[in-house]
Amino acid sequence: MMRPNFYLLAKKGWMIALGFFAFGFALIPLYNIACEHVLGIKLEQGAVDGDAAAAMTVDESRLVTVQFVTNTKSKLPWEFSAEKTSMQVHPGALSEAWFDATNVSQRDIVGNAVPSVAPNSASLYFNKTECFCFTEQLLKAGETRRMPVRFVVDPRLPKDISTLTLAYTFLENDIATKKLAESNQAAAPAS
Amino acid sequence: MATHAATDHHHADHHDDHDHKPQGFMNRWVFTTNHKDIGTLYLVFAFIMFCIGGAMSGVIRAELMSPGLQFVEPYFFNQMTTVHALVMIFGGVMPAFVGLGNWMIPLQIGAPDMALPRMNNWSFWIMPFAFTVLLCTLFLPGGAPAGGWTLYPPLSLQGGSSVAFAIFAIHMMGISSIMGAINIIATILNMRAPGMDLLKMPLFVWTWLITAFLLIAVMPVLAGAVTMLLTDKFFGTSFFNAAGGGDPVMFQHIFWFFGHPEVYIMILPAFGVVSEIIPTFARKPLFGYQAMVYATASIAFLSFIVWAHHMFTVGMPLGGELFFMYATMMIAVPTGVKVFNWVSTMWKGSMTFETPMLWAIGFVILFTIGGFSGLMLAIVPADFQYHDTYFVVAHFHYVLVTGALFSIIAAVYFWWPKWTGKMYSEKWGKFHFWWTIVFVNLLFFPQHFLGLAGMPRRIPDYNVAFADWNMVSSIGAFGMLCTPVFMFLILWHSKKHGKTATAEVWEGAHGLEWTVPSPAPHHTFTEPPVIKASMLAHGDPTH
Repeated sequence: MMRPNFYLLAKKGWMIALGFFAFGFALIPLYNIACEHVLGIKLEQGAVDGDAAAAMTVDESRLVTVQFVTNTKSKLPWEFSAEKTSMQVHPGALSEAWFDATNVSQRDIVGNAVPSVAPNSASLYFNKTECFCFTEQLLKAGETRRMPVRFVVDPRLPKDISTLTLAYTFLENDIATKKLAESNQAAAPAS
Repeated sequence: MATHAATDHHHADHHDDHDHKPQGFMNRWVFTTNHKDIGTLYLVFAFIMFCIGGAMSGVIRAELMSPGLQFVEPYFFNQMTTVHALVMIFGGVMPAFVGLGNWMIPLQIGAPDMALPRMNNWSFWIMPFAFTVLLCTLFLPGGAPAGGWTLYPPLSLQGGSSVAFAIFAIHMMGISSIMGAINIIATILNMRAPGMDLLKMPLFVWTWLITAFLLIAVMPVLAGAVTMLLTDKFFGTSFFNAAGGGDPVMFQHIFWFFGHPEVYIMILPAFGVVSEIIPTFARKPLFGYQAMVYATASIAFLSFIVWAHHMFTVGMPLGGELFFMYATMMIAVPTGVKVFNWVSTMWKGSMTFETPMLWAIGFVILFTIGGFSGLMLAIVPADFQYHDTYFVVAHFHYVLVTGALFSIIAAVYFWWPKWTGKMYSEKWGKFHFWWTIVFVNLLFFPQHFLGLAGMPRRIPDYNVAFADWNMVSSIGAFGMLCTPVFMFLILWHSKKHGKTATAEVWEGAHGLEWTVPSPAPHHTFTEPPVIKASMLAHGDPTH
C-alpha cells in the first residue's frame, strides 16, 4: 500500500550516507580552514611572496627571539641541527638561519622536513620566503648539506609574544626513497 | 485490566491463523525476511561475539593478573586489546541492539514487519562474513591488527596484511549498520499503526529512531577515514603521512567525529530499554516522557560537537580545549534529566524486583558512575593526567558493560517470555544478576584507582606498585567470564522447561507488544491494531 514510499526513503537514506562519506573527506580541508580562520593557526607552511615580505616595515624598536629546534624521526638515519639555536630579529626584517643535515647511513634517502611554530598563535605571523622544508631533500649516502631558511616575522605579531620557536622534524619519505632505490638499481646494470 | 484481557483475546484469535513459518533451515534462517527471525539471528550472533570478545578479555586479564610477562607475547597482547574492542563494539553491542530493534520495533508500533525486509536479511548476513574476515587475521602470518581499535596512524599502518583485512571488515560492518539504520527509519516513519503518533511511541522506538540517524551520519565518515588509511598504506597517498605532507592528527579528528556519536549509538537504545522496563515494574507511567524524547535528541546533537575531548593532549589551542570541555560537560544536562526521570518514575511506585528490573536499576546506578568518571575526564587539566590510563578503561567499561550490556541483558529477560512464550527461572535470573554485580565491580572499579595512580592502558606489563588492584580486577574478570554460561543455561532451561507465559507477561504491562500472544506469532499486526491510549506505555504524552 505504502510500498513506493519505502524505496524513496531508502534512497534518501543512501544519499545521506553517501553524502557523509564524502563529508569524511571534506573534513580535511574543513579542519584546515577552521584552524586558520577560527583558531588562528596557520597549518600550510608554503612560501610567502618575497616582495610582500620585503614591503613590510621594519620595527626597529622591538626585538623578538626566534629559537630553532631540530628533530629527526627514529627511522631516519640523519644528523640534523641548527647552526645557531637562537637569534634575535626585528619584526619586518628579512632574516636568515642555516641548518645542517648529514646522511650517516650507507644508502641514499629522501627526507621531508615538517615545520611547526610555537606558540601556535604566532604561526599566522611567521612567514618564510625560502625553506628546505618546501621540497624533498635527497641526501646521498654520507652526504652533508647546508640549508638556509629565510623568514620575516610580521610586525603585527601580538605584543605579548617575545619568543617564537621554529621546530623542524625530518621524516623519511618512504615513497620517494623507494622510487630512488628502484631507479638506481635500474641504472646500475646499464652502466 | 478487563480491557486488556479483551484486547489480548481479540488478537490471539486473529493471529493464530497466520503462523506459517517457512520450512527447512535455509528457508527459515538464511533466506528469511521476517523481522522476528532476523532479530533472533542478530541476537544469537551478538551472543557468540560477546563470548569471543569475552575470551579475549580473559587473555588480557590473565596476563595482567601479576606484573611481568606470564602468558602471552606483548604483540599478541596488543592484538587481543585491539580485536576485543572491535568485536565487542561492532560484533556485540551494535548487533545486539539491532536485533532488539528488529524484534521489538514492529511489535511496539503495530507494524507487520520491517519496511525493507529483503535489505534487512542482507544487513544481517553481511555481519558473519565481516567478522570472519576480521577474526581470520588472528591466524594469518603477522597476526591481527594490534594498533588499538582506534586505528591511529602511523602505528596502525605498520601491521601486515591484517590492515587490509580489518579495513575491509569495517567497511562491511559499516554497510550493514547503514542498511539496518535506513530500515529502522523507514519502518518507524512509515509503518506505525494509525493512531500511533510520534509522541505516543515507546521510548525504545524513539531512541532507536535517533540512533539510526546517528548511524547513517557517522558510519560513512568512519568508512571514509579507513579508506584514507587504506590508500595511505597501499596506494601511495599521504592523507595522514607527515613525510608526504599529511597530518597524523587529522586522522584522530576524523575518527572521533565518527567515534563520539558512536558511543551514543551504543547507549541511546539502552536508555530506551531502561525507559520501558522501569515503568513496567514501578507500575507507573514514565515520568517526563517528552523530556526523555527531547533529552535523547539533545544528546544526539551534542554528540557531534564534542569529539576532540578524546584528544585533548594532541596540542590543541586553548580555545579549542575550552570549547570541547564545556560542550562535553553540557551532555551531562540531558543525561541528568534522564537519570532524574528514571528515579522519579520509581518514586512512590509499587515496585517489584523481577530480574529485568534488577538489571535496569543496576544500569541506572552503575551507568551513572560511568557518567561521572566521564565528567572527570572532560576536565581538560585533569584529563592530561587521566589520558590513556586505566581510568579511561574503567570509565568506558562502566558505560559500556554496566550500561549498554546490562540493558541488553535486561531487555532479553524482559522480552524473552514474549519471544519464546516461556518464563525463565526468577531464582536463577536473580542469581545471574547478583553474581554479575559483584564481579563486574570487582573487575572495573579498581581500574579507577590504577588509572589515577598512573597505570597506562594497552601495556602488558606494569610497575609492581599496581599488582594488588590488578589481581582484584582479574579475579573479577574470571567471575564475569562465567556469566554468559549462566545466561545460556538459564535461557536454555527456560526454553525447555519454562512455565508458559501469558500474553501480558508482566502484571499490568503497557504497550502493543503485550497485546499479541506469547510466543509472538510469526506474523503479527497483519491488520493494523486499533490503538487505545490506555493500552500504550506512553498513551498520554503529557506524562
